[in-house]
Amino acid sequence: MGAINTDIVLKTEDLAIGYASKNERTLIGSNINIELRKGELVGLIGANGIGKSTLLRSLTSVQPKLSGNILINNKTLERYSNLGLAKVLSLVLTEPLASKNLTVFELVALGRQPYTNWVGSFSKDDIDIVNQALSQINIEALKDKKCFELSDGQLQKAMIARALAQDTDLIILDEPTTHLDMYHKAYILKLLQKLAKETQKTILFSSHEIDLAIQLCDKLIVMTDKNVVSDEPCNLISKGTFDTLFPEDLIAFDANTGSFRVKK
Amino acid sequence: MQTTHRYKFIFLALILLLLFCFFVNISLGSVSIPNAAIFNSIFGSIDNNSWHHIIINYRFPKALTAVMVGSGLGISGLMMQTLFRNPLAGPFVLGITSGASLGVAIVTMGTSLFGGLLLGLLASKWTLVMAATLGSFLVLLTVLIVSTKVRDAMAILIIGLMFGSISGAIVNVLSYFSSAEELQQYFFWGFGSLGNLSWQEVLILFVLYAIGILLSLTAIKSLNSLLLGENYAKSLGLNIKKSRLLIIISTSLLAGTITAFAGPIAFIGLAIPHITRQVFNTSNHKILLPAVFLFGAVIMLICDSIAQLPSSDYTLPINAITSLIGAPVVIWLLVRKRKMMF
Repeated sequence: MGAINTDIVLKTEDLAIGYASKNERTLIGSNINIELRKGELVGLIGANGIGKSTLLRSLTSVQPKLSGNILINNKTLERYSNLGLAKVLSLVLTEPLASKNLTVFELVALGRQPYTNWVGSFSKDDIDIVNQALSQINIEALKDKKCFELSDGQLQKAMIARALAQDTDLIILDEPTTHLDMYHKAYILKLLQKLAKETQKTILFSSHEIDLAIQLCDKLIVMTDKNVVSDEPCNLISKGTFDTLFPEDLIAFDANTGSFRVKK
Repeated sequence: MQTTHRYKFIFLALILLLLFCFFVNISLGSVSIPNAAIFNSIFGSIDNNSWHHIIINYRFPKALTAVMVGSGLGISGLMMQTLFRNPLAGPFVLGITSGASLGVAIVTMGTSLFGGLLLGLLASKWTLVMAATLGSFLVLLTVLIVSTKVRDAMAILIIGLMFGSISGAIVNVLSYFSSAEELQQYFFWGFGSLGNLSWQEVLILFVLYAIGILLSLTAIKSLNSLLLGENYAKSLGLNIKKSRLLIIISTSLLAGTITAFAGPIAFIGLAIPHITRQVFNTSNHKILLPAVFLFGAVIMLICDSIAQLPSSDYTLPINAITSLIGAPVVIWLLVRKRKMMF
């Protein structure tokens, strides 16, 4: 396991995240040092309210960081223009689409926007890339359906296809498995694993599916209120990192099965 | 591919319908003029001097104004609905009409308060146009300044509505102190009017309208990415504040000038985008924008033809006709399709 090559796609140096207003500074996490390499599937896990979303929002330049550096392809986030960033980083967010009246094809094709001209016309290459993204996610059959006709699982696949069509080195997904049933949770994460391997894109997602993430990810970023650790899942298990993830009164981590058990 | 064919067919049908409505609109009026004479007048040869005068200096500019009003208001309504992700938004949510109404109210009814100062200007139509322009420009400028400060587009929507309330209140106070004659003048402006524009005025309207339309064309790509929501749009490389400004400037140019010259034309800006979405069954602005242009122009021409009550001396207030014709159409479309496209 583990990435063979050493190209670092995303790197943070002593990153501190949180909210700063005129007279107050709320620190959510500090001393965050992570490295994501090409073709890696990385899960971000942690309890509710620990700051997963804040970290993702900082990494994607939705909200400003407090201090430290974020580098994508060895270039700090600040040095990217909006358009430049759109060509290296694509997102799948939890927020609902503003309009669900688009067809799946139109939705996925919007991923080509950073590359199209002022009026957004598609070249033959653009169309090819969109079709390729649809077939990689296996949703060609849905391409003429409207988004409001899709199930939650299908819509999530379409959103991933859109991110794929944007053709970026890094894809970041915020809780891609919420609202999905057990089968589709596994399906989506398995799909992400396949995509990371086949396309050599780096994929980072936040999730509460800790047992699935342990089985599928090349690397996990674990956020607790004390620190942020990132390592391969088996190393994290042997270090006992998962024991510190939640308060100990209700559930405990079972290192043998790699999952949490309710205390009897 | 089948859908592209369908779109082409509807577009072709709409263009033919537009030409037909334009011709019908010109042929109607208090003086009946034979169709052949109308053709000849438009294409340069003169059968009858007074007919020629009526067609070239009265009916033709009026029909052109109708085309600009319908398409301009429709497109600004479409842009506002997408920008604010709100099917109830129209060209006037930014407070443009309220600003214009306030300007006109001050000129028509303010004389009792401000004494004889404005009395001399009262009769001139240019004064009303200037007052409406100035009023909508001032409100708009405030909204623009605010829009660069707030992060959420919804805040702009609410701020626009608040400005509407403030100017509505001032108009109420003014009308309380006004004479019946002044009130009447204000209300007549409120009925809206497409006629009475000289070629010079049509030209000024056209220049500003054309800039607004060109700006709206450059906003097509941003509007499409805004269909995903602002965060997604940003992740696609869109500069949200810049695009928002572009869309607002384009809307205000279109809706502001149209209101200044034709009065506050209700309903068209809200309804045309809905009618178009139902007929074309898409949210893609590359198709919607030209379609809204054509629908807006056609429906405004039809409304104006009805207002002109064939061969009668009376013209009904255009503002009443747009709602009387438009509202049932929207209701019928929504009920028939059972599904709102947005």
